[in-house]
Amino acid sequence: MTGSSLALIAALVAAAALCAKPLGLYMANVMEGRPIAPLRAGAPLERLIYRLCGIDPTVSMGWKRYAVALILFNALGGLLVYGLQRLQLWLPLNPQHFSNVSPDSSFNTAVSFVTNTNWQGYSGESTMSDLTQMAGLAVQNFLSAASGIVVAVVLIRGFALREAQALGNFWADLTRSTLYILLPLSFALALVFVSQGVIQNFSADQDVTTLETLHYPQPKLDAAGNPIKDKAGNPVLENVATRTQTLPMGPVASQEAIKQLGTNGGGFFNANSAHPYENPTALSNFFAMLAEILIPVALAYTFGHMVGDTRQGWAILAAMGILYVSLAAVAVHSEQLGNPRLAALGVDQAATRLQSGGNMEGKEVRFGIGASAVFATTTTVTSCGAVNAMHDSLTPLGGFVTLFDMMLGEVVPGGVGTGLYSMLIFAVIGVFIAGLMIGRTPEYLGKKIEAFEMKMSAIAILVMPFIVLIGTAVAVSLAAGQAGVANPGAHGFSEILYAFTSASNNNGSAFAGISADTPFYNTSLGIAMWLGRYWPIVAVLAVAGSFAAKKRVPVTSGTMLTHGPTFVILLIGTVILVGALTFVPAIALGPVVEHLMLWRS
Amino acid sequence: MNALVRPALVLLLILTVVTGLAYPLALTGVARLLFPNQAGGSLIVQNGHPVGSRLIGQAFSDPKYFWSRPSATTPQPYNGLGSTGSNLGPLNPALTDAVRSRIEALRAADPTNRAPIPVDLVTASASGLDPDISVAAAEYQAPRIARLRGLKLEAVRALISAHTKGRWLGFLGEPRVNVLELNLALDQSR
Repeated sequence: MTGSSLALIAALVAAAALCAKPLGLYMANVMEGRPIAPLRAGAPLERLIYRLCGIDPTVSMGWKRYAVALILFNALGGLLVYGLQRLQLWLPLNPQHFSNVSPDSSFNTAVSFVTNTNWQGYSGESTMSDLTQMAGLAVQNFLSAASGIVVAVVLIRGFALREAQALGNFWADLTRSTLYILLPLSFALALVFVSQGVIQNFSADQDVTTLETLHYPQPKLDAAGNPIKDKAGNPVLENVATRTQTLPMGPVASQEAIKQLGTNGGGFFNANSAHPYENPTALSNFFAMLAEILIPVALAYTFGHMVGDTRQGWAILAAMGILYVSLAAVAVHSEQLGNPRLAALGVDQAATRLQSGGNMEGKEVRFGIGASAVFATTTTVTSCGAVNAMHDSLTPLGGFVTLFDMMLGEVVPGGVGTGLYSMLIFAVIGVFIAGLMIGRTPEYLGKKIEAFEMKMSAIAILVMPFIVLIGTAVAVSLAAGQAGVANPGAHGFSEILYAFTSASNNNGSAFAGISADTPFYNTSLGIAMWLGRYWPIVAVLAVAGSFAAKKRVPVTSGTMLTHGPTFVILLIGTVILVGALTFVPAIALGPVVEHLMLWRS
Repeated sequence: MNALVRPALVLLLILTVVTGLAYPLALTGVARLLFPNQAGGSLIVQNGHPVGSRLIGQAFSDPKYFWSRPSATTPQPYNGLGSTGSNLGPLNPALTDAVRSRIEALRAADPTNRAPIPVDLVTASASGLDPDISVAAAEYQAPRIARLRGLKLEAVRALISAHTKGRWLGFLGEPRVNVLELNLALDQSR
């Protein structure tokens, strides 16, 4: 591990910790309907929205009504994205005349963007019309993130309220988190990105004349534009010489900002945050990583503030921070070691003053090893799934870290909203286990944990491993599942395992060699994303409703403290045990086998 | 249930207009005002013609130019409309084969140079459009450029260090050289 990698991790953690209090306080105020002065300018717009929608923002909903409103709103959003894709050929703003997207791919993408996953089964720059991108995909970047925030806030209210039947108004919560949190932060971040070189325009693609003439073979096309094949069925190649390079244009920065802040991860370009027009410099890369953890970290402070004891929030953050730094360190170390197979060919992989060295396949020079491995960790411990290096080409241990990050349930610090509510569910389970060990009724933040909350917590936590393992098992058993694999051996198994882990955790990154734009993967991963999102959300809302209805038990000498080091260790242990034990066999078959093969003699 | 449908539909439409239309349009306006060059793609213009972008790499195979990193885009390398990495796993024989043939090509272009080859010069980038190479990769190619262009090695190395960008604040990113800018400077240095 190099000094600059260590400094990068330290700077990232410090920056997020510094922002936690001001942003956390601000979000607490916003969610209680008190945005600060400059943003109060949005109040007339907020009131207009409520009037047009026929909403009374002061009417508070019980957990079931809140859950129905949330799922209905998300389902309608999904239908809109689906419809836009299926009809885009006949709709405006389709200058490239992209055809309508197939039903299975449209279903997959609609679910993907509504669930905050942003898994992109479709092929990069050449599928979606401008209208689909703007009115469908980009909108869901905001709304899926806002949906995550409101669920976390409702769970916080569940702890803070006493003997209450209602938890808040979904419409008002969603509107406020979009207008006052996500929009202004995105606008500011997007400007930072543009200053670094992220493009933002509505121009046609730009042709440039390259310095050197490029000669390359390409498939010969007939008059109708179809590739001509020879007698053996292989495409006939013709040699082409060109000095033209076509540069893609588009409104990238606006999407890039919310893609990172909302832990969405769906890139404008196929190469995602590795593309120089999405992530041009080490500084834009730093802000991209900070943006991923910014809101999840600050929400932990919001939690402490709203339950009336900020130490509770810092304890959660301490557990998150310890896990995050450890995982990032393993990833950086492993990538820096490089690939022994290339060392055998005489390739220089040493880190020196003049090069980053290490495993550079699938990485960009401006990021090197440190900023690539830390990004890979950050994007998988959150539910972001943006990539600035190709995860399929990571070393076995580096790839293991990204898989393991997601298998922990994305809680260090996790996605926007999802990270906090998942971590609080782990806290409930941890406190319950500790309560069993010392033989007293477990309570967390003055709320007694009883059978109903435990059932719902178990449901919220266990559904993810269930979908991942069953889904992977089915895919490796079927020809349709095996057909998508790109790399041979254990790595191919990892590609499938990664796909289902990423989908079920609503991450969206991939071991991208896998060909997942098939009816089998589009359908199965779509189902995994939907269940992985809404099953836990309903369970979490149920826990919130149940806690809200309870009295607050006064703190006594027998109360287990949930803000000290003991609790932090208990929480880390719960996260690792639940995460690791379920997945050890699957990990052994993938990254562990690959690691042993790579490094044997 | 019906009481929920109207707010759901209307709110979805309003927020679609706000976040899907108003936000990107407003940002485009402000970005064009504050950072017109960056927002438009950081183009390099020579004699009124765009010859590339500072941020997007180009393919070089002429030994008289510094070579960029290998690119996995298809059908041609550095295809601006098809960004992608190779997605080859570390154990994949296709990766070792590709690296071996890139080593051979570099050695063939400069048979006297037996120095170990910097890793970024024989591995495909993540985007397929990487504009940079490491300083080590530029230094490795300096003797070949000097010999084929009839320049002094010191002059080529001075050009490299003039185009070397360091770490931001000493720890962010990696030292690197922009290949297109370096080659443009090389063409002007004679």
